[in-house]
Amino acid sequence: MPFLTSSKTKPQYDVIIVGSGAGGGTSAYVLAMAGVKVLLLEAGRRYDPSTETPMFQTPNQAPLRGTGTPDKPFGFHDATVDGGWTVPGEPYLTRHQKGSADQFHVAKDWDIWGSQQEWFWWRARMLGGRTNHWGRISLRMGPYDFKPRARDGLGLDWPLEYHDLEPYYDKVESLIGVWGSNEGLENTPNSVNGTLLPPPRPHVAEMLLKKHAATLGIPVIPSRMAILSQKLDGPRLAKKLHPGNPAAQKVLIKAMDARLACFWATDCGRGCAIKANYQSSTVNLPPALATGNLDVVTDAMVREVSVNDEGRATGVYYVDKKTKEDRRASARIVILAASGCESARILLNSKSARFPNGLANSSGKVGRYLMDTVGAGVSGQIPALENLGGFNDEGATMHVYTPWWLYQEQAAGKLDFPRGYHIENFARRSLPGSGSLDFLDTMNGGVYGKRLKADARRYFGSMINLSGRGEMIPNDQSYCEIDPNVKDAWGIPALRFRFKWSDHELKQAEHMRRTFIQVIETMGGKVLGQSKTDLRNPIAPGGSIIHEVGTTCMGADPKNTVLDPHCRAWDVRNLLVCDGGPFVSNADKNPTLTIMALAWRSCEHLLEDMRQGNV
Amino acid sequence: MSEESFPPRLSRREALRWVAVATASTAFFSGAAFSAGAAPKTAQPYGTDPLLNDTYDPGAFWPLTLDAAQRRTLVAVCDLIIPADEKSPAASHVGVPDFIDEWISAPYPSQQAHRPVVLEGLKWLDEESRRRFGKLFHELTVTQQSEIADLVCAVEPKDPSLRHMSRAFALLRSLTVGGYYTTPAGLKDLGFVGNVALPAFPEAPREVLQKLGLT
Repeated sequence: MPFLTSSKTKPQYDVIIVGSGAGGGTSAYVLAMAGVKVLLLEAGRRYDPSTETPMFQTPNQAPLRGTGTPDKPFGFHDATVDGGWTVPGEPYLTRHQKGSADQFHVAKDWDIWGSQQEWFWWRARMLGGRTNHWGRISLRMGPYDFKPRARDGLGLDWPLEYHDLEPYYDKVESLIGVWGSNEGLENTPNSVNGTLLPPPRPHVAEMLLKKHAATLGIPVIPSRMAILSQKLDGPRLAKKLHPGNPAAQKVLIKAMDARLACFWATDCGRGCAIKANYQSSTVNLPPALATGNLDVVTDAMVREVSVNDEGRATGVYYVDKKTKEDRRASARIVILAASGCESARILLNSKSARFPNGLANSSGKVGRYLMDTVGAGVSGQIPALENLGGFNDEGATMHVYTPWWLYQEQAAGKLDFPRGYHIENFARRSLPGSGSLDFLDTMNGGVYGKRLKADARRYFGSMINLSGRGEMIPNDQSYCEIDPNVKDAWGIPALRFRFKWSDHELKQAEHMRRTFIQVIETMGGKVLGQSKTDLRNPIAPGGSIIHEVGTTCMGADPKNTVLDPHCRAWDVRNLLVCDGGPFVSNADKNPTLTIMALAWRSCEHLLEDMRQGNV
Repeated sequence: MSEESFPPRLSRREALRWVAVATASTAFFSGAAFSAGAAPKTAQPYGTDPLLNDTYDPGAFWPLTLDAAQRRTLVAVCDLIIPADEKSPAASHVGVPDFIDEWISAPYPSQQAHRPVVLEGLKWLDEESRRRFGKLFHELTVTQQSEIADLVCAVEPKDPSLRHMSRAFALLRSLTVGGYYTTPAGLKDLGFVGNVALPAFPEAPREVLQKLGLT
């Protein structure tokens, strides 16, 4: 049985991986398929999307019509298990946005827009982690994104370039299945090796958006989503991904055959019982388990990395949450993939006489350069979309998006902020939730009876939303560290966070709003609930876009970075971090695809090191 | 309209569960929970790991708490907000009052903040009905009910002293709309088509594209 209880693990593994999300799942897949003996430790419970996903449940079949609550902030049917903005028994601390510098309190807010909490930290405690509810947006970083400092003198450069990661983007896209198109736009890489699936047609409202955005010079192109618009070609892809490894090919062909194409209904955020989208729990872990090389222990909360007298990692200490017993697992190599922040927490808690400031922290940079994504949005009602009658325009989430399009204007100094954003949209006839028609009051001033029913029919499907997702530049005032007092339910010291947007981000958010208002008005629409004069407020609070990266930055210099260019700790050569932690910038491209590509590259390098006997 | 003639409010299974929980609570019968504005002590949150792949009716996780009189007023106002017409039924015929009862009985902060607003609103509707017509709100004709609703239905009421009640009415409307247009009857009325498995994403209707100038 590959799923084990903590008392049944083997005495020694080749590799221990902490965390089963995008980074941990990819690492487990790459290593197990190559024949390496892996133990995967997941802090949450075992989770099976094929039996647990509420695929066709409607809001009226859920408590409170599925509306979000502190228990399930993204709604009752959201896939997240034992998680959200707070996790029972697992506190973190942050500050009030206007509080004094050292006034930390245990974070408890869950309504991000009604809060002055400085930092929000979304976690999920389940097999597959946050990939289960993830938005599936899979954008490649472009050549500029790896060298931002060289371009504008701000932030940090990556110790690698686009072409270093490109082959791994190819591999990840081939494995998980990503729809999209190659448009040849600036710093928006084509997938030149034929790894994309065909995109679906845009929703009708998206077509209208595209038409009007074009008049403003704003491109609207097919989105890139980790959703199978058609079934994967297992035999071809298996040969391509695992040349000369017939055992791995066989496993992958079977795993790909178990995934069905999208049937164009139900919210991806619930997860997918037919495995049509990427979840680590449906895509990475099943084939990795099928090799027989992977053991998994769930409910295993890792406390620290153990090291020997030579300063090499020897395994991890963890708490079996079921029995509350302390456990130890041993391996030649340890990979932390517990998520940006959580991996930093493990390192900072791994203190010893040799490493008094925590493991891999001789640079003092563990926890530093915490980043999230800049987020701001505007909604609008579009009269052209009224009274369109009943037709199925639900589809699978967003079918088009806008990549950052103002590189030249920025380079020419025409913008007052340095980095770009892309635009995500809601412009489709999705299954309504309990708040979907709340904008009616804005349209008619508050009516009831037959007029209300007539207006509901008229306006349904006519509301769109545009959301910007932009690049944040790392700064010295945004970081996490261990709180000296607070521990979680397992006795593990908790993290506390400080976070600050700079003017770069605030001005970018303002540009987002101004642009979105312009787009909505160009479409003949009415902007909903947005002041035209106060564009600065609000920017989504730090952490709330759930793209937290950094805190274990990679680089070329051991003096000021935590990891080398292959995500190995400079100080502990058999310790890797394979999640969002290694990021030294947070391009507007959503981080998940890059987390996976980076993990794949790091694990291939590790395999080479293992073959050569270097670790 | 007698209470017995209402459409079935809860599935039998959920009704039994509700009665069992309610009976266990003396506070439920004392009436203290209603006047205090706080949710009853028996209300437990569904937690961070509820079974998702299932269906739930109001009352499945925490007891409903409106008394018969409050419920009659709620049913009447829900049906005034969304009455039956040739296309679709009235709000109470698809369980909207149960949903609102579930909402204000829930053990979560937003819902607990809404509870006194809804209860005050229901109380005001009956008081205003008595004052004008000497009857309770649910006993009035639709024309009489409308006379009262017209005072408070606008987001910005003509009489500023009624702003508080217009907020309560807006909340009742928001909950009624949210509850109604998430039911099969409400979805059909809106023209929502979907939530079914398709072999391919269908082409957009030609007449829609023509209307939008997209052909």
